[in-house]
Parts: sequence; structure tokens; C-alpha cells
Amino acid sequence: MHPALSVIIFTVSSGAGYGLLMLLIGLHIFGFLPDMSENELLTGGIIGLGLVTFGLMSSTFHLANPKNAWRAFSRFRTSWLSREGLFAVLVYPFALLYLFGIWNSGVELNAFIQVTGFITIVLSLLTVFSTGMIYGCLKTIRQWNSALTPANYILLGLALGAMLLVALRVSFNGEVGLVASLTLVVLDIALIAKAIYYFWIRRVTGPTMNTATGFTRANVRLLDVGHTAGTFLTEEFGYIPAQGTVTLFKVLVFVLGFIVPGVIVFGMTGGDATSAMAWVALVSAFLGIGLERWLFFAEARHVVNLYHGAQNT
Amino acid sequence: MRLGLVIDLDTCVGCHGCAVACKQWNTSGTTGPLTDYRPYGRNPSGVWFNRIRHYEVGDYPNNKTINFPMSCMHCDDADCVTVCPTGASYKRKEDGIVLVDQDKCMGCNYCSWACPYGARELDREAGVMKKCTLCVDRIYDETLDEIDRKPACVITCPAHARYFGDFDDPNSEVSQLVRDRAGYKLMPEVGYNPTNTYLPPRLTRPIPTDDVRKDSLMTKVKDWTNKTITR
Ligand code: SF4
Ligand code: SF4
Repeated sequence: MHPALSVIIFTVSSGAGYGLLMLLIGLHIFGFLPDMSENELLTGGIIGLGLVTFGLMSSTFHLANPKNAWRAFSRFRTSWLSREGLFAVLVYPFALLYLFGIWNSGVELNAFIQVTGFITIVLSLLTVFSTGMIYGCLKTIRQWNSALTPANYILLGLALGAMLLVALRVSFNGEVGLVASLTLVVLDIALIAKAIYYFWIRRVTGPTMNTATGFTRANVRLLDVGHTAGTFLTEEFGYIPAQGTVTLFKVLVFVLGFIVPGVIVFGMTGGDATSAMAWVALVSAFLGIGLERWLFFAEARHVVNLYHGAQNT
Repeated sequence: MRLGLVIDLDTCVGCHGCAVACKQWNTSGTTGPLTDYRPYGRNPSGVWFNRIRHYEVGDYPNNKTINFPMSCMHCDDADCVTVCPTGASYKRKEDGIVLVDQDKCMGCNYCSWACPYGARELDREAGVMKKCTLCVDRIYDETLDEIDRKPACVITCPAHARYFGDFDDPNSEVSQLVRDRAGYKLMPEVGYNPTNTYLPPRLTRPIPTDDVRKDSLMTKVKDWTNKTITR
């Protein structure tokens, strides 16, 4: 698949935003952040919503006809893209009510803050799950058609959210020990899930040029694609990354996305952290997960390529 | 009713006539225009509802060229419709034709990702998704003679490799052809239940190749000289 920058930015940025909202609000409403100030909570909430908004706006750049975007909420019952849009919009009022509650009555927990916060978490989780399912439900792309896809989206969103939370705590001189340990756990699980995914997509399965053309008892080769220059299909689905790039990027995904942030955050679990550490870890994680998202698209092979000469996907 | 096409891979000569007729009819039809990009430029491209590819099946000397026209299969389980967030893509209850409402589409490309057969193409100028309409603006047009109420591709095909009809009616021409000639569907394993059906090539006597005359030394020298000179 052609890796469109707008979609990469959308999924990484909004995933990180929802991850931050989920972890920040979750830790707060269940009483794990007793030393968190009102300012810190509000800043975190606004950063989370800001990243989400930035991501959603970026996603509209890949629409060829954005003036009809408002219609995208109408097929909630069948389309994951529609569901994602609806949940994403529903998060706003609850997140804003939660932040309003804090602004109004401080960080002390009360029923209003707990209920609005909890609903925000559930809707955020549903949004990220739906984002994953947009890709996961496509039977035409075997590299996506798996439960691992939504799992990866949720875990990587949480991992980036956790890194943001660490940076937030460090900037406000809060206690980082607990948040750092939690981040380490999330990073580890996300790393394992991603590694499983990379092994899983290596096994070639699914349709071949033979089943695509129906000639299953002989070799089939493409003689001519029938078009002179490229078509929409070759532009959208024909992208093939160089094998060297794929290998290099995979190494970078693990190093920048998981190992560097993991080692730095591990150093913070004792409770000592500098803002330089937090920033390096954060930037590294975003770069690594950004490359992960590029690979997610670049490595996906749509079955229409079988008609254009690929023997399998 | 379940309207669709039968395509005979035995007789298709790969002339692209159906694709051209389709383009001609539909560019001024309900989902027209079928925009061309750089039509006179170096890399001409554009929107087509119907594309023909060419394959070699089997290995020499037991091989055969197969010309392969493909357009929307008007699938029974069309995921292109279920994934569409705006409701622009829909499948008609009355005849099974899958269409895109050009006024509702937001150009997200998602349906084209869901289509296994490459039947959907975004019009980059208009910003909306386009696809085969089975000439819905033609097959029901009562101002046309009965014989002309067929998709443009079917009417134009000089090899009579294309048939149009109702697959729900067991006595229709298409149903009979599918029965008699063991018609099959493409990529059944993805589970879209396409309506369009392909007729495999008939079994024919192999053409003997062992009596093909070997080139004499003189011909070889001549061929070599000709090749060298044109370079
Ligand atoms: S061929 Fe593609 S566009 Fe046509 S109905 Fe089937 S899935 Fe949809
Ligand atoms: S491109 Fe148009 S028809 Fe296709 S899924 Fe998006 S809104 Fe629906």
C-alpha cells in the first residue's frame, strides 16, 4: 500500500493523544496520582486533546472530497471508519466536562470527575480499537486482517501516551517512579505484540495469481497489464518498499521505538529523572512508532496486485 | 433479480473494445465523466470501469494466452458497501447492482481498499469514487430498442465474449451458459460471492510444434544482421 503521510500522522498522533488521555485520567480517577496538581492534569488533558485534534485534522487531508466528511457518521452500523469517527467526536464532550470539573473543583475526586473521566477512557479505547479495525477488517490485505492489528494500535497508542505522561510528570517535577514502571510494562507488552506481528506476516498465505484468475492447475504469468502508464490501482496499491529499507526500518522500530525509551524509562523507575532524559525518550519513541506506522502501510500487499503480476501477496 | 455479466475467456480476443465502449458510454452517463489525466502527455492515465489484462497460462508448448477483462462483479457480499462510512456506496435490492452516489462520496478510498477485484477507481479531478454501473442508465431505458437495453461492453464485443442477464433466473442465457460451460468466479476464498462469472477456455487439440522448421544457417545470419543493423 502507498504509505500516505496524512494517515501516518493521523494514526500516530491521535493514538498517542488517546493513550495519554486514557492513562492520565485512569491513574487520576483511581487515585494513583495523589501528588498531581490541577495545572499538571489540565496541561496533560489539553495536550492529549490537542494531539487527537491534530491527528483527526490530518486525516481529513487524505479525503479527496472533504466537504462530504460530515456524512461519514451515517453508517455507524456497518463501517468501522464511521464508528471511529463517531467515537472520536463523542470523546470531546466528556473529556472537556472532565477537565471542566477539575478546573472548577480541583483535583479532589468526586462523582462528576470520576464518571466523566471513566466515560472518556472507555470512548478513547473504543476509538483506538475502531482505528485498528478499519484496517483489521479488510479481507483483501492479509497483513492487516488479524486481531493483532487492533491490538497493536491500542498497545502502541498506550505506549506513546505513557511516554508523554512520563515527560509531563518530569516537567512538573512530579513523582515519576510509578509512571515509569507502568510505562515499562506497556512498552514490553507492545514490543512483544509487534514482534509477533512481524513474524506472523512473514508466512505467505491467502489468494495467489492462480486463484485470482481461476487457473489453478497451471502456472500463470502476466503478459501485459493492459495500461500504458500507471492507474489509480497501481498508484494506491502497487507500492513496494525496497527490502533493505524494510529491514533497516524494522531494526529502527525496535531500537528507537522500544529499546531506547525502555532503557531510559528503566533508569527512571527509581524516581530520579531529568527532563533531558524524558525528552530524548519521547522523541525517540515517536520516531520509532512513526516508522512502525510507515512499515504497516508499506508492507501491506493488496490482493489486486495479483492481477498486476504478483504471484502471491 | 441478480444482474451481472458472463465473460467467455475462450473467445475473448483481448481487443479492449469493451473498455473503450464503456468509457464512451459512461463518460456522459450517471457517474461520468471518466476523467483522463494527461491524455496527450507522456504518461496518459485516467478512470476506467473496465480493464483488460493478458496472461500466459501453462508452460510452453502447453501454454495459452488468456485475455482477461475485469469490471465490478456486483458481489452479493460486497464489503465495499459495508465499509463505506458515508452511505455513498450501496447495493440495489431490486437487481443487485452496486453503485456509488456521487453526491455523498467523500473520496476516502476506503471502498477501493475493500474491493479484491480492483473495480473501484478514484477520480482525482472530481474527488469521488467511480465504478461500473452495469450501464444502469441504459438497461432500463425504454426509449431504446429492446435489443439495445444491454451494457455498452456487451453490445460492442466483436467476439461475443460478453453476456448480460439475470443470474437468479435459471433459464436465462447467462445461467444456462454458466451451467453448460462450468462457469466460475474469481478468488472465491475472499468470500465476496461475485455475480460476474467467467467461462474457462474450451479444451482444444494441442497444436503440434515438433514439426516446426528449424532455421537454416542462412536465416540465422540474416536475422542476426537485421537485428544488429536496426540497433
Ligand atoms: S467487485 Fe469490488 S466494487 Fe464491485 S461489488 Fe465486488 S467488492 Fe464491490
Ligand atoms: S470513497 Fe466514497 S464511496 Fe468509497 S468508502 Fe469513501 S465515501 Fe464511500
